[in-house]
Amino acid sequence: MELLSGADMIARFLQDEGVEYIYGYPGGAALHIYDALFRQDKVKHILVRHEQAATHAADGYARASGKPGTVLVTSGPGATNAVTGIATAYMDSIPMVVLCGQVMSHLIGDDAFQETDIVGVTRPIVKHSFSIKHPSEIPEVLKKAYYLAASGRPGPVVVDIPKDMTAPTERYEYVYPKKVKLRSYNPVTRGHTGQIKKAVELMLKARRPVFYTGGGVVTGEASEGLTDLVKRLGFPITTTLMGIGAFPQSDDQCLGWLGMHGSYESNMAMHHADLIIAIGARFDDRVTNNTSKFCPTAKIVHVDIDPSSISKTVRADVPIVGPAGSVINEMISLLQGREIASPEALTEWWQSIDGWREERRGKLYEPSAEGEVLKPQEVIEAVCRATRGQAYVTTDVGQHQMFAAQYYKFDKPNRFVTSGGLGTMGFGFPAAMGIKQNFPDEQVVCFTGEGSFQMMMQELSTCKQFGGGVKIINLNNASLGMVRQWQDLNYKSRHAHSYMESLPDFQKLIESYGFTALKVQTKEELESALEKTFADNDELVFLDVAVDPHEHVYPMQVPLGSMRDMLLSKTERT
Amino acid sequence: MRHIISILMENEPGALSRVVGLFSQRNFNIETLNVAPTEDETLSRLTVTTIGDDRVIEQITKHLNKLVDVVKLVDLTEGSHIERELMLVKVKALGAARDEVKRTVDIFRAQIVDVTPSQYTVQITGDASKLDAFLEAMSPVGLLEVARTGVSGIARGDKVLSL
Repeated sequence: MELLSGADMIARFLQDEGVEYIYGYPGGAALHIYDALFRQDKVKHILVRHEQAATHAADGYARASGKPGTVLVTSGPGATNAVTGIATAYMDSIPMVVLCGQVMSHLIGDDAFQETDIVGVTRPIVKHSFSIKHPSEIPEVLKKAYYLAASGRPGPVVVDIPKDMTAPTERYEYVYPKKVKLRSYNPVTRGHTGQIKKAVELMLKARRPVFYTGGGVVTGEASEGLTDLVKRLGFPITTTLMGIGAFPQSDDQCLGWLGMHGSYESNMAMHHADLIIAIGARFDDRVTNNTSKFCPTAKIVHVDIDPSSISKTVRADVPIVGPAGSVINEMISLLQGREIASPEALTEWWQSIDGWREERRGKLYEPSAEGEVLKPQEVIEAVCRATRGQAYVTTDVGQHQMFAAQYYKFDKPNRFVTSGGLGTMGFGFPAAMGIKQNFPDEQVVCFTGEGSFQMMMQELSTCKQFGGGVKIINLNNASLGMVRQWQDLNYKSRHAHSYMESLPDFQKLIESYGFTALKVQTKEELESALEKTFADNDELVFLDVAVDPHEHVYPMQVPLGSMRDMLLSKTERT
Repeated sequence: MRHIISILMENEPGALSRVVGLFSQRNFNIETLNVAPTEDETLSRLTVTTIGDDRVIEQITKHLNKLVDVVKLVDLTEGSHIERELMLVKVKALGAARDEVKRTVDIFRAQIVDVTPSQYTVQITGDASKLDAFLEAMSPVGLLEVARTGVSGIARGDKVLSL
């Protein structure tokens, strides 16, 4: 029997759980835990420069690896600084465990120094939370936290740890709990066979089917099964922003992604479909546009591990509660030896889709002329070529995020890392840092803008201390591009606070941390700058590219319209 | 339509706030709510009445079920059920009205549980509409204070909400 203090239990548990990196920032209430981490060398702690970055870095790691990220912060401001990152992970169903220091138990409720009711503050943005009431319960609570974070529909779990629970003088028995059970939590492990059969029959009979798949396929590690299923049937597939890469985008059956800034052919196919097979997607408002005009002729099969996602905004005709992977596999086995009812109808359907593709071919944007300022889309395409489409790509939020999703082509899941649900500016750089530190041999690119980057640029210092050879591509239009776009469209181009005056000299700023910064003003300079950017995979490089501030993201769905109501350029609409 | 949802949940700190928080967070409505531990001290039973169409109620039950603290729940209004609410009311009881109040209390099969020279405290149980009717009958006399527990309920027949 081994006796350990609460703090040592936490350090030991993290080791036993196989946690390699944790992201955090010390402070009074967390000091016992920090001391315990100091006295061991298996779990590596990365000291961020702001707690929000700790959550984004752990989140980036979780998205790239599929395993829960771990964050350690102190009470009060340490914990409240982490809130945006917790909300970001919650909205995108990302597994994460956030350990928060708390003031000593007897001070709780007294408005003690650095006291915040963080369990209360985070209640609406966590999958679950715990408060430690006795040091002896630490191993079991932590095991529950990791189990809850990663199972079912994943999400962040907060563990509030009053300082006296980790006191070095009080020791209790430590046993690593290999398994935990919660009587009130039993995530489904497979779908209802009867429902899956119904879905398969609909799929075989469909004349204009389309797969619409989301982040659930990525987190459910069901990408291979999905690819098999879609290839077998020969149906078109569109993914959500969160589902990018779950089916190879270079494959002809992939229509790209759908929704507000999704591809023309995706949105047209959805609108005209007679069967939508939704898997691990949640019919989010940025996908459906006006739900009353959503896909008027389609029957809907909806597979999701979370029953509350089904029929939340759009009624499902065949609801299937279950994990994407096992439901897909069951669909595949039910399809053995079966043929679709009308291959002719499918051929016709593909002709319509290819027609929509043809309509927009070569018209997506107008490339810049020699000597002119670059278009942001061109930069993304050039980076995609330079990295052979193989990099882990993170983004911040705004126009560059949409351009990155549109013009970088992903053939693998877990590669496109973006704050889809919450839309958190500042997410990209720390997320990229988290990925790079865990996967140092991979190429990691962060597409950002000068607005978003300035929200989390203090993490340059973290990269200086711990390494993080991230390639930051700053699409610099000296304005908050997406805000500006909406102001152009809806406010007669009154650009209320969407411009960025007094930007820093990014080159000098980056160099002051000892990193390389490159500047690109015109098209001619881009290729050689990219070569330099990607020359050394271990080195952080900041590429500051001036891009056209007048560019808009298209297609763009018309507000309150149907899926097919889109602006296609500044002058064209459907 | 009005629904009565009864929930068995972990009798742990924070569980109640998660349930209540869910309603405000998801823009669901709470008409009444009551909660107390059950015969199994690790469990609390919470009963909430809420109003919504089928789609909203479906979302409410799904989201409640998703809460880790919620062990089991039932929408009592889906089947035949008994609902009761307890109310304590202080009413003015002076002069001729004193007898009148007593008569009304008897008609409603309520009980006078405390008496002062100028007031009665009345205890009454029943479904919400009976309690509403009693308040209406009493209001000309002068209602001084009303304390209602909110609806509690249980299914009729052999159906049992337990682990």
